[in-house]
Amino acid sequence: MRSYVTVSDLLRLCGAVVLAIAVVAGSAPRAQSQDDGALQIDVTGAQFEPLPIAITPFIAQEAGLTQVAGDIVGVVKANLERSGLFRLIPEEAFIGQISEFDTVPQYADWRAINADAMVAGTVFRAGDGRLQVQFRVFDTNAEEQLEGLQFLADPADWRRVAHKVADGIYAKLTGEGPYFDSRVVFVDETGPKGDRRKRLAIMDQDGANLRFLPGSDGLVLSPRFSPNDQSILYISYDTGAPQVFMLNLDTGQRERLGNFPGMSFAPRFSPDGGSVVMSLSREGNTDVYAMDLGSRQLRRLTQHPGIDTSPSYSPDGSQIVFESDRGGKQQLYVMSAGGGGATRISFGSGSYSTPVWSPKGDRIAFTNVRGGRFHIGVMRPDGSEERLLSASFLEEGPTFSPNGRVVMFYRESAGQNGRPQLISIDAATGTNVRQVATPNAASDPAWSPLRK
Amino acid sequence: MILKKIALIGAALLLAACSSDPEAGPDAGVTGGGSTAGGPAPNTLAYFNQVVGDRVFFDTDRHDLNSSAQATLSGQAQWLNSNPGTTAVIEGHADERGTRQYNLALGARRANSVYNYLISQGVEANRLRTVSYGKERPIALGSDPNSWSQNRRGMTVVTGAPSS
Repeated sequence: MRSYVTVSDLLRLCGAVVLAIAVVAGSAPRAQSQDDGALQIDVTGAQFEPLPIAITPFIAQEAGLTQVAGDIVGVVKANLERSGLFRLIPEEAFIGQISEFDTVPQYADWRAINADAMVAGTVFRAGDGRLQVQFRVFDTNAEEQLEGLQFLADPADWRRVAHKVADGIYAKLTGEGPYFDSRVVFVDETGPKGDRRKRLAIMDQDGANLRFLPGSDGLVLSPRFSPNDQSILYISYDTGAPQVFMLNLDTGQRERLGNFPGMSFAPRFSPDGGSVVMSLSREGNTDVYAMDLGSRQLRRLTQHPGIDTSPSYSPDGSQIVFESDRGGKQQLYVMSAGGGGATRISFGSGSYSTPVWSPKGDRIAFTNVRGGRFHIGVMRPDGSEERLLSASFLEEGPTFSPNGRVVMFYRESAGQNGRPQLISIDAATGTNVRQVATPNAASDPAWSPLRK
Repeated sequence: MILKKIALIGAALLLAACSSDPEAGPDAGVTGGGSTAGGPAPNTLAYFNQVVGDRVFFDTDRHDLNSSAQATLSGQAQWLNSNPGTTAVIEGHADERGTRQYNLALGARRANSVYNYLISQGVEANRLRTVSYGKERPIALGSDPNSWSQNRRGMTVVTGAPSS
């Protein structure tokens, strides 16, 4: 049974792929236009309108590909719809149709149904048996092709191809980076509240291809992806106390990072993948340490009797944000990646915890507890422009999508039958709140980097 | 539940009073424990858990030991000193009203408070180990102040003694 993409598949998918395809005759974009991306959603305004888009059925070049062509379009549409930035025009409303991939569309037919953008695509089998998918994105008002790409992949990887297609459309029309071809690792929770079985699970960001990771039965917490998408850091109680482990997703090999007295927890990789920052508790006191993965040398970054935990690197690796109760209750602090003096950045009411730096570097997401309610919020790395995105009885642990646009976290309902669920929200607008479907209760999500 | 807790603390204080003789071995405690007819024998886990009391409680975000916690722990120390073949894992726990990672650290603080107190009462360090469960192992499952107060606890889990 094939449950995930192997390295060789990755190489095949990334080696040959992203080829721009020719502009369809007669729809050349305006030469070197400084107004590149004439059609682009204003995704930063508070009152942005989702972009109306028509995704036409992808043309199967042989009968055996009709099914996969339809499946790919289904995944593309679901991604775009879930992003909250697009309004998909239903096929029933289409006036025009695309019967040949390489012809100029009748733009007026698409304008007539108020589609600002239109996507055409085709699927065929390459000479070596691989799946070949081409698509074009058209601006129906400017009457030009905005994007044209093709992907080649093992037929088993059709979902990844669909995510790449959706990413191409999304990135071109929003100006944001892509994020659909990514995964989420999280803690799957079963059993009663007082004795939860917690194990690691991994899935595509849309919930597909879910599998449970080996050797993580019992009690595991806080999984985190490596920057190369191939390893997971997490906490396990296997030794009798919480300790940081690293799991290689390709080989299934797992190892304990260091052999510390007390406990180690709250791990995250550095952006270059060369070190891990984490908390160690010794004699009840919790500080932040960094471990070089090559030498396994440990370096202490904070020296304080307070609880210093939840460290997260800035994307350039130069700084670390963490939480500390050194001032009384938990607040967010930023320090150099080498340790030393820390500057407090959170000053709103209540306590602040679980900071995570956006992959774009421009925001830090956090958990805030005020007035007996839990919130997920974002702020600038200097603490300005704080904004609470959501509120509930109990929610925590934000993680950013690879493009920094979406935040996922977990929310737990109250009472004996309370259970955690994964929630996603648009980090820029605080809208588009969605429950992420998982087979069981789920917590501690961590988003992977964009897959290569 | 609160009444039961008070009863347990009372029993622990009684025990502390009657076994304060440093020469008193495990058998000496029979007199005290034996006063509850049909109760567990004093060298048993059941006695430790039910009569001495296996847990102490903390205020929100705190890890200091109040007087009733100290009384319970004094009883635990005397029991442990009277039963030298036993070892104990001290679990630190938190309620659900904090984040996972903070609660892991808070649980470590709480476990360490219990550990230090037992050491100060003469229990050998090599018989004790601490572990934090943060908010991962609640014993009261409600989402209300009473449940949370029961979950903010330090548990002394003894091994090496007959169960009953």
